[in-house]
Amino acid sequence: MSNETIQYFKGLYTLSAPDAPALKTFSGKSMDDFSKWGLPGPKHEEWKYARVASLFRNDLKFSVEVPSVSESDIDPFRLPGNGTATELVFVNGLYSQALSVIRHPATDIHALSMEDAARAEYGDFIAQNLGHSASYHPDGIHALNGAFAGKGLFLRVKKGRILEHPIYIYHVTDSRHGFPFAQPRSLVHVEDGAQVQVAEQYINIGGQDSFTNEVIEIVAGLDSVVDYYKIQHEGPLANHVGTTHIRQAGKCLTNSVTITLSGGMVRNNLNMIMESEHGESHMYGLYLLAGKTLADNHTIVDNVKPHCFSNELYKGIMDDESTGVFNGKIFVRKDAQKTNAYQSNKNILLGEKASANTKPQLEIFADDVKCSHGCTVGRLDEEALFYLRARGIGEQNARALLLHAFALDVLANIKHEGLRTYVDALISERLGFNI
Amino acid sequence: MLKITDLHAGIEEKKILKGINLEIKAGEVHAIMGPNGSGKSTLASVLAGRESFEVTGGSVAFQGKDLLEMSPEDRAREGMFLAFQYPVEIPGVSTTNFIKTAVNETRKYRGQEPLDAVAFLKLMKERMKLVQIDQSLLSRSLNEGFSGGEKKRNEIFQMAMLEPKLAILDETDSGLDIDALRIVANGVNQLRSKDNAFLVVTHYQRLLEYIVPDFVHVLYNGRIVKSGTKELALELEEKGYDFIKNELLVTEQA
Ligand SMILES: Nc1ncnc2c1ncn2[C@@H]1O[C@H](COP(=O)(O)OP(=O)(O)O)[C@@H](O)[C@H]1O
Ligand SMILES: [Mg+2]
Repeated sequence: MSNETIQYFKGLYTLSAPDAPALKTFSGKSMDDFSKWGLPGPKHEEWKYARVASLFRNDLKFSVEVPSVSESDIDPFRLPGNGTATELVFVNGLYSQALSVIRHPATDIHALSMEDAARAEYGDFIAQNLGHSASYHPDGIHALNGAFAGKGLFLRVKKGRILEHPIYIYHVTDSRHGFPFAQPRSLVHVEDGAQVQVAEQYINIGGQDSFTNEVIEIVAGLDSVVDYYKIQHEGPLANHVGTTHIRQAGKCLTNSVTITLSGGMVRNNLNMIMESEHGESHMYGLYLLAGKTLADNHTIVDNVKPHCFSNELYKGIMDDESTGVFNGKIFVRKDAQKTNAYQSNKNILLGEKASANTKPQLEIFADDVKCSHGCTVGRLDEEALFYLRARGIGEQNARALLLHAFALDVLANIKHEGLRTYVDALISERLGFNI
Repeated sequence: MLKITDLHAGIEEKKILKGINLEIKAGEVHAIMGPNGSGKSTLASVLAGRESFEVTGGSVAFQGKDLLEMSPEDRAREGMFLAFQYPVEIPGVSTTNFIKTAVNETRKYRGQEPLDAVAFLKLMKERMKLVQIDQSLLSRSLNEGFSGGEKKRNEIFQMAMLEPKLAILDETDSGLDIDALRIVANGVNQLRSKDNAFLVVTHYQRLLEYIVPDFVHVLYNGRIVKSGTKELALELEEKGYDFIKNELLVTEQA
């Protein structure tokens, strides 16, 4: 990476450096790490497929000023039930209080900018929890996000509150006036006994080249339930690197569903940190790719404490020249006896030039554990296809039915009905189901 | 309705059908019998359009159209139905949804409006009775975890829903107990009319006691070597296929 790139971001950092002590140390350290490490190149084992450095072109534009995007620009992309859901909006990576609509009462949640939160009563929490993901991702792209964490969002779901309506986070990138680089950062505290559904939706206004480099960290308290959804369908020119880092601070249940339907280069990191005994987590992913899209899902389940259960299922369908990558790490630390960890990755290749790369990576240091993993790469079942066609179902619909069935056991894990229907419609449309 | 002329087909280098001639008219029921491996399922698959088989000669006309030129789905939409010897299990596709798609795509092809939810349910209820199939089976994934008998019954149910012109039943009787056999046969008999026809592939004479055929053909080594009326089936049952083989030897020697 060129020195100019480092200077460019350093300059912007100086302009926006946060003053709240809770943020200052972390941001400064992140900026230093970025300067030291630079961007991960293809020799970096974790970044073999996702070539991030090539996206840092001369015309890439990062700004700490919120550009003008109106509510009506966002309207077509609002998720279902938005009349009752809270909608939190980022524009080009910067949290926009003006565009956000908080529909939950103050007794349920508190949402504010990271800078404001750090200056207010959340300083200690931020100082202790922001950047927990950094040690899992010692690379420049992760660090670069941290340097600008102050522009992000702090969200607190209050103790014991069971939220009926979801919290939507919209990440808008405005690519109408150049190649935007967005770096959204969120820290979410789901307090003890609270239950919440959080969905992230990515929106590329303009449909031109864009690049989002996101980190969201969720701290889940004792007896909490967190359902986290990530929906990516921004079009072929949207590039994305994102880390979702979920910590089980107390025994709890955390679920995640990641749906990737389009993009240029897409890299999703998902970490489940099982740091309380008897924790349970479920991780589902579906990547349905076409064109030249690359989707690279890296997941980590870190079993720190004993008696945790985790189940993981990622499924991929690759058409045209697309590439699906799955890397699933399961760490079982020395003390994490009685860990149950399951992992499965299944792929269907449709295009002659499509490819799937799958790599389970289990590192087990405890002796009394149950871990399993499996992966498959295949083609569409010709027997099944013939059966459907022999009943008068056209080839395209027959394919769509079979692929939809393949996607179903991921899709079915979106618990919010409206959201599930929404994603289902996107998938059916992509599969070209038509009757 | 169906006219097969000197049909040759095989898979890769292997020749399986070696000159089949058969004509089926509306209102008729034909039975094809023959030992294992003689090519019965291959004939059924070739007629339904399974692409893994290669047709190397001959022709098939279905209601005056060149059947072999059509895609599998168009054959079905034109009124051809194959009840599979081994119905495929398809997890994640609900039976009801599948049949609805099949019915409505066929209607669309014929220039009819799709059935709405109410009309479809009504039709389904009616046809379910015909084959005594349970609603709970239809709300499950297609054939997934169905018993052998349930799968076969589901095939006949689909047939009843799609109302084909020509239905080919490939060993629909095998693996059925006598009660299930009666139900299946009863379903077929109720659907019989002067406008449609059946080609019943079976191993055993037993089924033909319930579905009484107008003609019986013996397929052996890729050819129809003998045709007759329902008495031929009885004769086969009595004497076994060896009697055909011996007869063939005699003819060849003569
Ligand atoms: N997919 C296939 N690949 C290779 N050989 C096949 C295939 N299907 C059928 N055959 C062969 O073709 C012959 C006829 O098979 P089939 O039509 O299934 O007979 P039947 O239904 O009369 O028992 C057998 O020798 C069988 O082994
Ligand atoms: Mg057979």
